[in-house]
Amino acid sequence: MSHWVLKGLKTGIKSTRYPEQEETRPGVSPGLPSPGSSFVQIADICPTGALLRENNHIAVDYGRCVHCFRCARTTDLPPLAWQSGYEWGFLSGETAGDAPTNLERRTFGRSLHVHLVDAGDCEACLSEITQLNNPYYNMHRLGFFVTPTPRSADVLLVVGPVTDHTRQPLQKAYDAMPTPKRVVAVGACALSGGVFGPSFIAGSGVGNVVPVDVLVPGCPPPPLAILHALLVAVDRKPSGLKTLSARFAEENVEAG
Amino acid sequence: MANWLDVLKQAEQRWSGKVHASFGTHPRECELDCSPPIVAELCGWLFSEMHYSFGTLIAEQRDSHWELRYVWYGEGDQGIIHVVVRQVLAEEIFGTLIGRVHAVDWNEREAEDLFGLIFKGHPRLGDFVLHNGRWDENVTPMRRCFDGCLPYIHTQMEKDWRPLLVLEAPGAFAMPIGPVYSGVAESALFLLETQGEDVVRAVPRLFYKYRAIEKIAEGRPLQDALLLSERCNGTSAFAHGMAFCQAAEAIEGLKVSTRAKILRVLLAELERFRHHVAAIREICESTGLAVATSQAAILEEELLSLCCAFTGHRYLFGLNAIGGLTRDLEGSACLEAIRVGRNILTRLENLQDALRYSSSFLDRIEDVGTVSQADAEEFGLVGPIARASGVSRDLRELQPYSGYEHFSFAVPCEQEGDGYARLRVLFSEAEEAFRIMEDAALQLPEGPIRIESVNDLGSGAALGWAEAPRGATFHWLRTKTDGSVARYRLATPSFMNWNGFHLAAENFAFQDFPIIMATFGLSVAENDR
Repeated sequence: MSHWVLKGLKTGIKSTRYPEQEETRPGVSPGLPSPGSSFVQIADICPTGALLRENNHIAVDYGRCVHCFRCARTTDLPPLAWQSGYEWGFLSGETAGDAPTNLERRTFGRSLHVHLVDAGDCEACLSEITQLNNPYYNMHRLGFFVTPTPRSADVLLVVGPVTDHTRQPLQKAYDAMPTPKRVVAVGACALSGGVFGPSFIAGSGVGNVVPVDVLVPGCPPPPLAILHALLVAVDRKPSGLKTLSARFAEENVEAG
Repeated sequence: MANWLDVLKQAEQRWSGKVHASFGTHPRECELDCSPPIVAELCGWLFSEMHYSFGTLIAEQRDSHWELRYVWYGEGDQGIIHVVVRQVLAEEIFGTLIGRVHAVDWNEREAEDLFGLIFKGHPRLGDFVLHNGRWDENVTPMRRCFDGCLPYIHTQMEKDWRPLLVLEAPGAFAMPIGPVYSGVAESALFLLETQGEDVVRAVPRLFYKYRAIEKIAEGRPLQDALLLSERCNGTSAFAHGMAFCQAAEAIEGLKVSTRAKILRVLLAELERFRHHVAAIREICESTGLAVATSQAAILEEELLSLCCAFTGHRYLFGLNAIGGLTRDLEGSACLEAIRVGRNILTRLENLQDALRYSSSFLDRIEDVGTVSQADAEEFGLVGPIARASGVSRDLRELQPYSGYEHFSFAVPCEQEGDGYARLRVLFSEAEEAFRIMEDAALQLPEGPIRIESVNDLGSGAALGWAEAPRGATFHWLRTKTDGSVARYRLATPSFMNWNGFHLAAENFAFQDFPIIMATFGLSVAENDR
């Protein structure tokens, strides 16, 4: 087995310096549309209603964007500019912004165990979560571990629009987790139903089944966005997007 | 191998008066209309004597009749044959093909569950897509009268599923795995019947992730349905989107430019390359070989970043468009992608060499999860899994699309049918995929990237197909006069291959189960749709 050890050593360190430093490697994020264009007709070409007309400007509902790039690549209108960046974790829920209790600080301040429930995703979100374990993102260095059982989990990651058949398993996994716990909804489907929901079989997001603490948009969100959402969930990073539905009027709404 | 025109002539002679051949717009497709009583005989003849492969079963509710369409494909000259049966709407009982063509099994069960059609003689109708204990028997969502947009109000309490167990022996029990299990895994339930050490019977219960793509696509404009086809499986999105676009282009009669076709080939092969590296990573992971897993994961991440830097999206979403591609890729960008790809391929080859000499690794995958060639043919397995069992079928070679006929490439094939054979096929296919990418980048001609579709071309129907990373996929599309979708059938390789998964899992020890899963590399999302 010695050749494996040598091979591993020879590879060197690949891990990103994020969150200490910004990641600048190309191809880590597909970006998101920027609000602001005054060509409001562009809202009509969005298939999921992620672009909203607001006071003669375009606002973006990030939770609905499915990265179809129609607004970025249209030739009929001036295309909408896209922003780069990946710090998309968004704190939501009733307790958002409250100072953590001592128990929460103790639970989430140390190593963190993450349990994943697939509620009907297309496998892209799942694949991006898998990437968190690869040497580039290596979430273990931040004390995050994936656990196969909800009993020992602190954070529940949920992907997919919650199909009829996964509703019960999701509910059971959530109930089986000890408190305090956090729920992170990953991807457009988990936030709004994406291209699938609502329909007779798929819901319009995880929030309708279990209370969600952190939302991360994207179709799929890149690994760094999911990593950021986990950091947001345990108060190690501030919320990236100030609001999921970014209004042009607000300053500094842009991510990253 | 008989030329397909001979096949059609023979069929018409053999069942004279009961079979009629007609030709559509595609030069290599033909419809064989046949009367209901002889469909099993005709399909059985195509399968066992003419050696056609079963593609998919497309059930459709038309205005006045049911239409069942069995898609068959052969090699080169044999073309694609649609065997079509029609019955008035009141007549809901069809004959089953299962005695003659086992591959049709799940297709018939799906049509029974979603359309409420009966396949007389099929032994296993019942709980399938819509789980028993949750859905009433008379719910048939694919029928036109069912509104797929409204939430469905269940009339019964959710009950636990009581599976049928067949193993009777001292100490026999059934071990359930799922639907939520392991670290990062898709939702699916596996029921392993055992007497102790070996899995005697493996029953997957799928469709937890059923999103009813075929139903919710109905009524949507074509380009919105394209978003759904990409998202039936995010890790082979480009191949599915491409097959969908080919179907839509065939309906509208659009001639895609050569540049767009060649770029599609390049991107489809890039996706296959990435998918196979990911599959190799999963196999290494399942055997607990940490360094090899990391090595493969590094390559996978580099390919994902390459996709994003090259095309804008890590999983190639939003690139396919009806009539071409949504964005042009410069020749220089393609060459840069090839340069990065070559570097990754070299390291992948190094990894393969290292794995080849790791006896502890080989012990876990050699002679494990074996599928014989006869079984693979009988169950209609497709893709790398079939090719590892000696069934050398690849739609790129058999029925070329998007200009694949202009590329020369090998279709790697192994005979053993075990986990190691599947791993070797993945390695060789990844290499071939890169060679095709290289070829495509070098022969990229100038030209428009997208032909705008002329709206209101009216209604029509067409089949699009592609060899997705996991195997053959067929997309059947019928449009209404306003250009929206009337029926969309999405036949995926995972749907065919899960049907044969138990062949590999049975009679092996429990601890081999995750490894067999990994070497099969199936997707639940792609199966459940």
